[in-house]
Amino acid sequence: MNRWHAGKKLALALMFGLIPLLAACGRADLSALNPQGPVAQRQFDVLVVAVGIMTLVVVVVFALLIYVLVRFRRRRGDNSIPEQVEGNHKLEIIWTVIPIILLIILAVPTVGAIGKFAEDYWDDPNAVQVKVTAYQYWWEFEYPQYGITTAQELVVPIGKKIAFELVAGDVKHSFWIPAIGGKMDNNPGLTNRFYLEFPTPGVYRGKCAELCGPSHAYMDFKAKAVDQASFDRWVAAMQGPAVLPEDDNIREAFVSKCLTCHAVGDQGSPIGPNLTGLGSRVTVAGILFNDTPEQEYVIDPAKTEENIKLWLEDTQAVKPGNMMPSAGDLQLTREQIDGIAKYLANYQLDYE
Amino acid sequence: MSAHDHHAGALPPEPEKATLEGRNKILGFWLFLGAETVLFGTLFSAYLAFRNSVLDGPRPEELFQLPMTFIMTVALLVSSLTSVFAVQAMHRHKTGPMLGWLAVTIALGALFLGMEIYEFNEYVHEGHRFTTSAFSSAFYSLVGFHGAHVAFGILWIGLVILQILKKGLTVVTAPKVYVSAIYWHFIDVVWVFIFTVVYLMGKV
Amino acid sequence: MAAHAHTVKRYPGFLGWLWDWLTTVDHKKIGILYLVAGGFFFVIGGIEALFIRLQLIRPLNNFVSEDTFNELITMHGTTMIFLAAMPIIFALMNAIVPLQIGARDVAFPFVNALGFWTFFFGGLLLNIAWLTGEVPDAGWTSYPPLATTAYSSHHGMDYYVLGLQISGIGTLLGGINFMATIINMRAPGMTFMRMPMFTWTSFITSALIVLAFPALTVGLVAMMFDRIFGANFFNVDAGGNIILWEHIFWLFGHPEVYILILPAFGVISEVISTFSRKRLFGYSTMVFATILIAFLGFMVWAHHMFTTGLGPVANALFSIATMAIAVPTGIKVFNWLFTMWGGSIRFTAANLFAIGFIPTFVMGGVTGVMLASAPADFQYHDSYFVVGHFHYTIVGGLVTGLLAGIHYWWPKMFGRMLHEGLGKLTFWFYMIGFHLTFFVQHFLGLLGMPRRVATFLPNQGLDTMNMVSTIGALLMAVGISFFFINIVITSLKPRHATNDPWEDGRTLEWAIPSPAPEYNFKQIPLVRGLDAWWKEKLEGNKEMPPAEPLGPIHMPSPSILPFIMGVGLFISGFGFMYNLVFAVIGIAITLLCMALRSIFDDHGYHIEPDEPKKGEVAA
Repeated sequence: MNRWHAGKKLALALMFGLIPLLAACGRADLSALNPQGPVAQRQFDVLVVAVGIMTLVVVVVFALLIYVLVRFRRRRGDNSIPEQVEGNHKLEIIWTVIPIILLIILAVPTVGAIGKFAEDYWDDPNAVQVKVTAYQYWWEFEYPQYGITTAQELVVPIGKKIAFELVAGDVKHSFWIPAIGGKMDNNPGLTNRFYLEFPTPGVYRGKCAELCGPSHAYMDFKAKAVDQASFDRWVAAMQGPAVLPEDDNIREAFVSKCLTCHAVGDQGSPIGPNLTGLGSRVTVAGILFNDTPEQEYVIDPAKTEENIKLWLEDTQAVKPGNMMPSAGDLQLTREQIDGIAKYLANYQLDYE
Repeated sequence: MSAHDHHAGALPPEPEKATLEGRNKILGFWLFLGAETVLFGTLFSAYLAFRNSVLDGPRPEELFQLPMTFIMTVALLVSSLTSVFAVQAMHRHKTGPMLGWLAVTIALGALFLGMEIYEFNEYVHEGHRFTTSAFSSAFYSLVGFHGAHVAFGILWIGLVILQILKKGLTVVTAPKVYVSAIYWHFIDVVWVFIFTVVYLMGKV
Repeated sequence: MAAHAHTVKRYPGFLGWLWDWLTTVDHKKIGILYLVAGGFFFVIGGIEALFIRLQLIRPLNNFVSEDTFNELITMHGTTMIFLAAMPIIFALMNAIVPLQIGARDVAFPFVNALGFWTFFFGGLLLNIAWLTGEVPDAGWTSYPPLATTAYSSHHGMDYYVLGLQISGIGTLLGGINFMATIINMRAPGMTFMRMPMFTWTSFITSALIVLAFPALTVGLVAMMFDRIFGANFFNVDAGGNIILWEHIFWLFGHPEVYILILPAFGVISEVISTFSRKRLFGYSTMVFATILIAFLGFMVWAHHMFTTGLGPVANALFSIATMAIAVPTGIKVFNWLFTMWGGSIRFTAANLFAIGFIPTFVMGGVTGVMLASAPADFQYHDSYFVVGHFHYTIVGGLVTGLLAGIHYWWPKMFGRMLHEGLGKLTFWFYMIGFHLTFFVQHFLGLLGMPRRVATFLPNQGLDTMNMVSTIGALLMAVGISFFFINIVITSLKPRHATNDPWEDGRTLEWAIPSPAPEYNFKQIPLVRGLDAWWKEKLEGNKEMPPAEPLGPIHMPSPSILPFIMGVGLFISGFGFMYNLVFAVIGIAITLLCMALRSIFDDHGYHIEPDEPKKGEVAA
């Protein structure tokens, strides 16, 4: 019975290990194992080198262990004292030198990649600059080259270096788009710079990766990569004047109650998330999806409208601890809520 | 515990090391000072990180009065010397002079502390409070912690003096003198660093 | 020196029994106190873990609220590391190290008791937070600004800051105590290079404690000053710097993980060697490797901060330094394997845990090397990959090692052998449950799941693995339950353990009765080599040769002062939070006790060599 102990354990571990291994690659818009950009790709390559070396080590150790357990288990009735071995100089040297060599093999691509990722493209004329300010619990994206600011959804052109400046407006957060590249922290009082590249158009999921309060898990954002022409159209649309609700009552409510914190176009305040073109965004508040299960990332304005109402009616239920008052606190009437929701859901920018 | 010899009245040459307990206490205290070194080292690092973060408060150059700080330094250094004299007297089994030097030591320590309290009081009136800025918080934490250590040392050596007066110098009380003297040297060394890093460097 | 041999006053009945435990300065009893208290906090931390996993069993679950979830993860980490793992380490160190070096107690028995009570009251203070509803919720790492009053205005983080400071005092005292004990109190003939490996690792761990805990103290004090007295260490608007907290915390935090694992390494060396009937392979290399790991452990703290923005030079240096630690660790693993090579391996429950430790810890170690590579770490950091890594090393490594040590040394501490069958059940459920829980977490992290998230969205490919992880946690709970059942059943059996119940004991603790008598050794032994007891047995001796004549044995007196000092600090903790008058009163009580201790010298008491000894069993 005893001789099978290690073998049984190993078999069980392998079995349970295979399940996730088979599912390993993950979503193309979310997984670090399914890199969609050169930064993530290079990080994945380093991971592969590391995993390769480490698998070798694990296999050697496991093989030795299983052999030893089987070969040297105490047989029934055997009371002999084995030879007491002090050590072996040669072996010690072998299992010191080989790991050092293996680590050097890992260290070389490590240092190379560190250098590469530290390159600063902020002042590169071909790069797109984005200032990311993280708040509890939303993301502000400012494009100083274009004089525009948006929130929650980062729109970027493919094929260009996107140079980021990261800062936090309150507590520490961390900016992470796993499919595109590793993360960098948003610190209050200190700016971090890094860059990413998006070769393939699509929507990529971003996550906050530093505990920032009760709604840390809900602080998702999206990065939308589009071709250059679309990006230019988006910038132009963002630069345009504000589009306000047509109905006078709704417009009045919107301007007096919402634009004290939010902005659309050239009107409003920069305190809260920018709402320009909200109807074009994949989510409301970062986590309420405006698409349908049948067609991922294809926006259904009816869904958007529903989500905005859900949000407005009780913001704390969606994101506990967030700073936005609910419709009741703002004394919005049912009619105003519906009207604002409809207006924002249909506030779409035509750029794709 | 091993057999202790009972020469009636005769103390061994280094009475603090004559017993296992004494040797343990001395070793244990050195180890504790190792920990204290890391503690003050970390406080120094925090201070260095913030030495220019004065906000609207007065700058170090404006605040620090080197003449008074110099007198404080001399007082503490001399008190360290007198504690050495006390231990030397202990090794010569001269209880009277030993207690005398210990008393001078804590008197000088009290002088240091009194001047430091006066200094802090001045600073508060000049707008340099604990809550003023990151610099001020770090300053008062570092220098204040040291001052608290001096205060504790004064109480401790005072208590040791009283104990020797009551119980006499024995292989049980000797380690107390020795260990408290080591402690006193430590806070003196820390002060040398404070004087250099905080006051001298602050005036540059 | 006065030599009055007064006997110790012992009171009858339940109150007498209680008084005995509250005033003990005996390292063996203190070891048991640490084990019970650590076990108690382990159960609390384990329940917190189960709640975490139940919340994460499926997406968008609402088993607990988001606030409560953040409280759970904070308390789980803090309680497990500071109040469960470290105390159980101290339990084994207290119970065994003095025996292994042939001493009658530690260098400072009073301080030993003080260390226990301050740990206990610090832990109590922290966990009382649950009863007040104001629970720390900024993670066990407590990063500002989230941890400052600006974003955490309730008293939760104050419980954290004060509870840990008080508890930390206890740990620091313990570290000093064991260093002094091991340096000054080894039996004649026991040179450093004849010490058992568990004593070596305890020694080096104690050095790490002495040098690392003060950094934590400064960080906690700075955070306390910010929160309670309006200081500006971490107030960015007043010139403060939040990165300073990270540096100070990890300067402590990284050596802390070596404080956690080195004792486990020591246990593994003892258990594997005993149950292979062979001496440890490469003893001097093992000593050297342990020292190197400890030394390097101080050079790598910023690998916890790769994404903070320290810059490429810092990141490169810390990457390389971190990778370097793999070398001495690997050396140790191979030495264990070759200890078993050519041996005669017996699969007791204790040995199963030790054997299970090896592949599990190696898996944790290799993910550590993966994390060491800064550019790759940009993906892993703050994701479930890291959660997988540190649970593999701390739970799969340390806790497994502690379970091995507890099963191994139970007879020496309690005079009874834990039931082997239940021990094996514990092992299988715990080990299989462990791998199920944490192996999948590496993949969850790589698939894009950040850590410390109260829930996760559906349709991200995370659902199945989270469920598997939760099921694994439930299996672990079953395993640990078997362990507690084992303890209860065993305690109902009579004390029949012999001095060397495993029959292959190599070190001095197995030369004396089980449980050890009050004075440990009737005569301090003379040590003639490494594995001193094994050496004597091989030469046909039934006892260790004595290094001193028979005579009255001097013992330190019990004292209620450590308990009172703990209470004083406990009161001051509340005082700092709610009413500074009590802070002063609490500290004054503690200082007064210190003064009393100084004034009233303890002359101890004597045990005569032929006195009937309580609980002694013929060897």
